[in-house]
Amino acid sequence: MDFGLSEDQVLFKDTLRRYLEAECPTTRVRAIMEGDDGHDRDLWRGLAELGIAGLIVPAEYGGSELEILDLALAAEEMGWAATPGPFFGNSIATAALVASDDEDVKKEWLSRIATGESIATLALSEKIGEWDPDRMETRAHDGRLSGEKPLVPYAAVSDVLLVAAKDEDGAGIWLVGNGASGMTTTTLHGNDMTRRLDAVAFDNTPAVKIASGRAALDRARDVGLVLLAADSYGGSARSLHMTSDYALTREQFGQVIGAFQGVKHQLANMATELEPALSLWWYTAHALDHIQDKAERHAALTKAHLTDVFDMVSRYAIELHGGIGFTWEYDLHLWFRRALFNRSYMGTASYHRKRAGDLAGW
Amino acid sequence: MNLSYSKEYEGFREEVRQFLSENWTDADRASAPEADLQTVRGAMGGGVRTDERATEFRKQAIARGYMYRSIPRQYGGGEQPPDPLKATIIAEEFKQSKAPFEIMGQGPSMLAPTLVEKGTEEQRQKYVESTLLGHTMWCQGYSEPGAGSDLASLRTSAVLEGDEWVINGQKIWTSNAQEADMMFALIRTEPDKPKHDGITYFLIDMKTPGIDVRPLRQMTGEADFNEVFFENVRVPKDSIVGERGNGWKVSRSTLKHERALIGNASLARRTFDGLIAMAQIIEVGGRRMIDDPVIRDRVCSIEADLLAAEYNGFRLLTMGAKNEDPGVAGMVPKLHSTNVVYRVTQLAMDILGDHGLFAPGEARAPDMGGFSTAYMWYWGMALGGGAPNIQRNIIGERGLGLPRNV
Repeated sequence: MDFGLSEDQVLFKDTLRRYLEAECPTTRVRAIMEGDDGHDRDLWRGLAELGIAGLIVPAEYGGSELEILDLALAAEEMGWAATPGPFFGNSIATAALVASDDEDVKKEWLSRIATGESIATLALSEKIGEWDPDRMETRAHDGRLSGEKPLVPYAAVSDVLLVAAKDEDGAGIWLVGNGASGMTTTTLHGNDMTRRLDAVAFDNTPAVKIASGRAALDRARDVGLVLLAADSYGGSARSLHMTSDYALTREQFGQVIGAFQGVKHQLANMATELEPALSLWWYTAHALDHIQDKAERHAALTKAHLTDVFDMVSRYAIELHGGIGFTWEYDLHLWFRRALFNRSYMGTASYHRKRAGDLAGW
Repeated sequence: MNLSYSKEYEGFREEVRQFLSENWTDADRASAPEADLQTVRGAMGGGVRTDERATEFRKQAIARGYMYRSIPRQYGGGEQPPDPLKATIIAEEFKQSKAPFEIMGQGPSMLAPTLVEKGTEEQRQKYVESTLLGHTMWCQGYSEPGAGSDLASLRTSAVLEGDEWVINGQKIWTSNAQEADMMFALIRTEPDKPKHDGITYFLIDMKTPGIDVRPLRQMTGEADFNEVFFENVRVPKDSIVGERGNGWKVSRSTLKHERALIGNASLARRTFDGLIAMAQIIEVGGRRMIDDPVIRDRVCSIEADLLAAEYNGFRLLTMGAKNEDPGVAGMVPKLHSTNVVYRVTQLAMDILGDHGLFAPGEARAPDMGGFSTAYMWYWGMALGGGAPNIQRNIIGERGLGLPRNV
């Protein structure tokens, strides 16, 4: 039994942290998020060179063939740095592709995704708030897709979209090349400017079915839930770190404010919620590869819990900063906004707790 | 990360089962003393049987390395390398077969490891094994009326007269002092030295003349705490652990063990499993409580928090085995897991509804009132070993590097 990270995993995390500190400080985060498409090709190329695009891609397609835990560790670092870009959407699309049985499609796309040459995304939810694939209305017929996907991560900059839809055999996943006929993409203004969402409509758009049934969709959902949890941890840890630093430097009444128990205890409460939560997402990420009977329910519970913790920590972080924490110039709101995204995207905490209750068989 | 029950672990589970089937039979189970209020409390987190048959079995289990795995064999422990998976398997299988397990409480969890670390060879030989078997029961004499969280202010004093220490003063909040054979205590021996420096760690026989134990009734209605008065109590010169005046340091190792004891989430887990069972039975308005969407949402929210506490225990054990400094992660478990206990027991009371109106011991109360006892026992856990705000100071100052309070 070993409930810890390997030396390679620690090294990978450190490398990624140092890279993002050097290459993507919050000044660049802001420049990217205020740009047209919220995406910086140089940054993405640099991250891909560190291997983040191919972490879970099998070696035969040129990836590192690592585990969901490794992918989640990358998500934690993106959360810590508030890195803008397509990492999240690309990762869940990759998880869906890896779970597909279509060898030709995998060979064609996974090898390009692994190097960062191509970006993929996953179009899952419908009607703003419907995350259950059984209730989807996007339809496929004779290799053509019609329907609307209102919240697709970085659809505009993706080369390929994996679309959850239904045909006469039920749910499945269809692959659409960006710019295919009948496809309309509308860029949305989101609260979290570091992770863009686009609305995509398909009207008789040519598409290739790459997976039948719910298995690949469910896998992509569970991976997404863990990545949002890990990102929430990274963002919370950064918010706590910034706030303890501030408490050590800001002086009032002739003291640094961290010497006041009211401030100290609030920071201690943040740490008390945060530290055990790390162990929860580590376990769940590990379960996704190794403990199948716990994976789905744990993913639901973990997403709900970590996004609750992120909400609490990012809120207290601003409260403890006082007025400066409420300004646009100060960076804290980057994480407060990411907390909002993580909380809502892929289903709210109460939605996943309901699922976890249903899955428990009580 | 590797949490799988590999072949080795499955083999180990078989081995434990085999041991139990041979050494703890139906007849042994039937020989258990009848359940009373005390044993119901026991099921929530306290005593276990210590009769002759249980002791014989416990010795066999220790010899196999199934109990007290961190205590060396020469002092009566099982002496095994830390392995949380094996420890979990053992605990699951012993629970399943209703076999006696490690004695809980301050003696085995706090005093025994402290003596292994800081005691003389004679003290180890004399006390550790009999403590592990439940034959020597201990109480802790730390808090005083004027020295709670600020332990360094304690005033109970000992003066050396020839070959004996003469102790005078008063301790308070002493759990189980009526049943205890011995007390481990912090007592001031050098009145002139500054706060921390003049304190010595004592082992005191509770039958010594001059000791007066007076029960304090707590919120649950029971009297688990006491005041203990010392009037010219004479104990031998060699009753101290570590150097004279060095008791503060010795007690730091004991407090470390206590935080580990209180930090574990087992009371929360037992209560949580119990409340799930209850919520499937109790119906309100023709609907099982577990089918109430609001209850269900709270159950799942609390379960995630409980799982986080349990997995954090796995992480700390792994870090301990690798000799890594756990940092903040090692300072939060007490506060976090007692928060979880509060959430779990509060939910249990909400599920019980009117069933929760019955006092412990009332025949109509589910689990003989065990849930309401657990609800109130939250305070015992939250306040013992340092009140929550003391924990927050520790986390803020030692964990986050904030300055001491103004």
